[in-house]
Amino acid sequence: MDIAFVIEKFVLVAIIFGISLVIAMYSTYAERKVAAFLQDRLGPDRAGPFGILQPLADGLKMFMKEEIIPTNASKWLFMIGPGLAMLTACIGTAVIPWGSAITIGDRVIPLQVTDINVGILYIFGVVSLGVYGVMIGGWASNNKYSLLSAIRAASQNISYEIAMGLSIIALLLVTGSMSLKEIVEGQHGWHWNVLYQPVGFILFMVCAFAETNRAPFDLPECETELIGGYHTEYSSMKLGFYLFAEYINMFVSAAVMATLYFGGYNYPGMDWVLANTGAVIGPLIGVGVFFIKIFAFIFFFMWVRWTIPRFRYDQLMHLGWKVLIPLAIANIVVTSVVIAVIEGF
Amino acid sequence: MEPLTSKKKVLEQKPLTFAERMYLPAIAKGMAITISHFFKKEATIRYPEVEREFSTNFRGMHSLKRDEEGKERCTACGLCALSCPAEAITMIAAERKPEEKDLYREEKYASVYEINMLRCIFCGLCEEACPKEAIYLDGPIVPADYLRKDFIYGKDKLVEQPLNK
Repeated sequence: MDIAFVIEKFVLVAIIFGISLVIAMYSTYAERKVAAFLQDRLGPDRAGPFGILQPLADGLKMFMKEEIIPTNASKWLFMIGPGLAMLTACIGTAVIPWGSAITIGDRVIPLQVTDINVGILYIFGVVSLGVYGVMIGGWASNNKYSLLSAIRAASQNISYEIAMGLSIIALLLVTGSMSLKEIVEGQHGWHWNVLYQPVGFILFMVCAFAETNRAPFDLPECETELIGGYHTEYSSMKLGFYLFAEYINMFVSAAVMATLYFGGYNYPGMDWVLANTGAVIGPLIGVGVFFIKIFAFIFFFMWVRWTIPRFRYDQLMHLGWKVLIPLAIANIVVTSVVIAVIEGF
Repeated sequence: MEPLTSKKKVLEQKPLTFAERMYLPAIAKGMAITISHFFKKEATIRYPEVEREFSTNFRGMHSLKRDEEGKERCTACGLCALSCPAEAITMIAAERKPEEKDLYREEKYASVYEINMLRCIFCGLCEEACPKEAIYLDGPIVPADYLRKDFIYGKDKLVEQPLNK
């Protein structure tokens, strides 16, 4: 391992970390703007031109607020909770391939922090860990609303992880690899997995909504019944971390969906573009395309949030266990039969 | 318990049909509606910079008028204060001195004229009561402020700007 390798990875990690923070920051702004436009309003427009400084103002406000730790709260857990939520949200970006490798001189720099051969499992593990932040926060607050919310979050995430895992199995049957890099390479040009796995994609997307605690599955933090749920007792930047973690989660799951089902950095006509723009600009265009896909998904998340009302808890469980899981299993069966028929005859 | 109204409509909840249980068609429909609003014109305006057009009989902030020669019309007769249902208007009358001849139209004038904008209900009765056509509610919306005392508008805020000579 040479020193250049370490520097290269360090720079890449720093860039990705920075980008995900900035995107999370501006997601809060985008969320408010999208909500406003969908409701025939103007949205925040006071801070800077078109209100683009609004996230900074919000961040400053968060820092300035008084830090309150409830007397009966479990102090250490109360402080660890938001950090853990933030950590688990951020580390998911490590295995996502952001673009094909850049060649500078004779050095090939892959635009992916690490290409582990069980990339999907890693994503899965990180996503499952995400619920710990919520649970610890809810438990440590020593507040019944928070506790209820934590329990809701836990059971919701467990229920939807099963359907999510099953929908990925069907995808693995198609791609034949668990490495995210190989999955993306397999979707060259327009051979996107969503064309082969439309049902799987819908299942995955529904589960992703549930895993990120976004509407219509935002029961852990429903404002109306649980007054914020697990972050009821939080204030100042700890609250900010929780809100931030949710947006980073949204960014990561948008990136994962774009990677798994919408071809990552592949786009129709990419061969021609790569051949004509060189080894640095070409891959960067791919990165741009990937980010366009991610932003489209983030917009979709927001669009759904401002359209659909929240599910009732029994409906949520019913949908998870009695609809999505059987559908996912049926999807696996149909996919494997079709693959067997194509390869066998 | 006795029914509170005479309306009798029995609501029954039918079990969802298969299409309804799929949720997706209904969701797609809802999303089509919301995205159509995305491209519609906003119903709101950027208020302090942009103001909506008022109707012609809108009653806003009061203004004390001047006559054609730029003299104040008000003679402090007190009819506006009398007619005011909210008792928002107070005034102190004074006698015009010879050298103030081109400031006030008649021998008596209001040395102090105050309207408490927190009391005022913008009914326009003062406007109707005034025999001298001295007060009109033709201004803009009364702006917000922080202190109660700042809502008592004196002559400095109420009297029309002097005519340009």
